[in-house]
Amino acid sequence: MTDKSSGAPLTAPIQSATFSNPVNAEIRRAAATGIYDIRGGGAKRKLPHFDDLLFLGASMSRYPLEGYREKCETSVSLGTRFAKNPIELDIPVTIAGMSFGALSGPAKEALGRGASLAGTSTTTGDGGMTNEERGHSNKLVYQYLPSRYGMNPDDLRRADAIEIVVGQGAKPGGGGMLLGQKISDRVAEMRNLPKGIDQRSACRHPDWTGPDDLEIKILELREITGWKVPIYIKVGGARPYFDTTLAVKAGADVVVLDGMQGGTAATQDVFIENVGQPILACIRESVRALQDLGMHREVQLIVSGGIRTGADVAKAMAMGADAVAIGTAALIALGDNDPKWEAEYNALGTTAGAYDDWHEGKDPAGITTQDPELMKRFDPIEGGRRLNNYLKVMTLEAQTIARACGKNHLHNLEPEDLCALTMEAAAMAKIPLAGTDWYPGKPGTSF
Amino acid sequence: MQTLDMADIELREMNETLHAQAENTNQTSWEIVNPKGAHAIACGLDAPIEVTVKGSTGYYCGGMNKQATINIEGSAGPGVAENMMSGTIVIDGDASQYAGATGHGGLLVIKGNASSRCGISMKGIDIVVHGNIGHMSAFMAQTGNLVVCGDAGDALGDSLYEARLFVRGSVKSLGADCIEKEMRPEHLAILADLLERAGADAKPEEFKRYGSARELYTFKIDNAY
Ligand SMILES: Cc1cc2nc3c(=O)[nH]c(=O)nc-3n(C[C@H](O)[C@H](O)[C@H](O)COP(=O)(O)O)c2cc1C
Repeated sequence: MTDKSSGAPLTAPIQSATFSNPVNAEIRRAAATGIYDIRGGGAKRKLPHFDDLLFLGASMSRYPLEGYREKCETSVSLGTRFAKNPIELDIPVTIAGMSFGALSGPAKEALGRGASLAGTSTTTGDGGMTNEERGHSNKLVYQYLPSRYGMNPDDLRRADAIEIVVGQGAKPGGGGMLLGQKISDRVAEMRNLPKGIDQRSACRHPDWTGPDDLEIKILELREITGWKVPIYIKVGGARPYFDTTLAVKAGADVVVLDGMQGGTAATQDVFIENVGQPILACIRESVRALQDLGMHREVQLIVSGGIRTGADVAKAMAMGADAVAIGTAALIALGDNDPKWEAEYNALGTTAGAYDDWHEGKDPAGITTQDPELMKRFDPIEGGRRLNNYLKVMTLEAQTIARACGKNHLHNLEPEDLCALTMEAAAMAKIPLAGTDWYPGKPGTSF
Repeated sequence: MQTLDMADIELREMNETLHAQAENTNQTSWEIVNPKGAHAIACGLDAPIEVTVKGSTGYYCGGMNKQATINIEGSAGPGVAENMMSGTIVIDGDASQYAGATGHGGLLVIKGNASSRCGISMKGIDIVVHGNIGHMSAFMAQTGNLVVCGDAGDALGDSLYEARLFVRGSVKSLGADCIEKEMRPEHLAILADLLERAGADAKPEEFKRYGSARELYTFKIDNAY
């Protein structure tokens, strides 16, 4: 130790990487309140992601397509295995299930409007189907969740597909929580619960356990809907190879695979940040399961969890996905976390881009709230227009990349079009490290 | 009486025939013979018809029923009457797990015993069990009435909301936040009506009422387990 009075240079104060300021702040918050942190959004830690992959593009041995002149198709059919009426979409970017309750009625309407303009589907969520949403969505997927809040056969029969939710990437193995602040009369009535109490959503389905039961549950759902509509199974990114295998065995038409970056309306922070695998590590394993069963492209794969751009869409599809789903990005397109509300975010103790207390119902942008005054700030028509614009841009971006790789359909993108920037990404995505023909774990190599 | 013989027709045709019955159908009386424990028998009905199943059924018989009356002259597999909206389902024998799960309305009568998780997440349905019920029954039950003329197993009414539970016999244990509550005249009236409609030979005064202590209704530290 230096004698401070000697005038000699002092050591600079060094913040601990382990006990960082955010970590210490959380310890103090926990010590003061005695309760764990609940928040919305997905994992905020840095994770291996699509950014760690690049496309190679065309070259001497690959022939590119001319932008704007040569076609690059984007359509996708979902549910071709058993359903009489598969879902036909113009673009492979769908809107993920987000609950009415977490989101306001007008926000759900805007998602329907934007998705319909762009030629894609939207999805209900925990809490049931609203008329706004059904009315404004050309293709609406009805979620069948453990809580069964708002679940009824009339809505089931007016859905274009059914999505059985087994898990979510943000919380594989976790249930849900809608805090009392957001339980308006309408939300309470749809869920058959008293107003103003905190509502827990179960983590397990009440009337089946395991894939053998699920197969029979799917039979029942198909009998009730006359085998017309596709049945999806949504799983969080836990054990993608086995989860996909069992979903196919249980009779799914479509598997929805949600990685740990995937958003949530309200979950414990410790769950969001520490349970589940990043989507990058899940896609190839899920595709491998489909291939081993001879079901790749027969049972479609939708992936989600941190999809933001057309490049992400193209990368997911090159790894074998048939389509993707977006949650957080759609909310941002609608206006969530917009810096124009910065003063109000500051008043809530946060800043635009970091606001994640969606469960508190105080969203300045009027999207994740049931407060009538805040809801008025959000215009569903304008929101729908913005979402449509954003979906169009993503599609154009994905097409640009596909053409550069010489592909006349997004589905023709393939792993061979990619290289990885890091060893981690190479290993997880089974894509060669840039500048090599190798990835860790490649069969026939020594490590 | 129309007869559907599952020795001759497939499940699909059987359900399709029943689904084709409109609100004002004049073929109101149906009989299903040779059910042989098939799953999803008479699920998703939505017409005021009466269906009698001559034998035992597999999973999800009468699932999501609306309006129809279904009589099962045998025992029922898991999830009988799951998510029922309205109508009546009567089981002569026993019911397996999750009977009446998430049901929103209507009346489910089980003349024998019901297994575990009877009335799980119930949302308005009335369930009357002449015999006993298994463990974890009425877990997270939201609204509606569960009447048990016999005994209840472990963890009755765990994490329940506003559903009313009436048990005549013993309760092995109560689940989290479930307590015995005072039986007031309005409860005796509800019970008398349900016992009568369910053809149960028991007196309302012989029952005890259980319900939510409402301690888990707000998310505070003591509830965070
Ligand atoms: C506000 C919000 C509410 C959500 N509600 C549900 C839900 O009710 N059911 C469900 O399966 N997933 C729900 N999710 C998860 C999404 O369906 C999806 O898996 C996730 O948002 C995808 O990741 P991304 O947000 O990175 O795009 C919700 C997500 C958000 C952001």
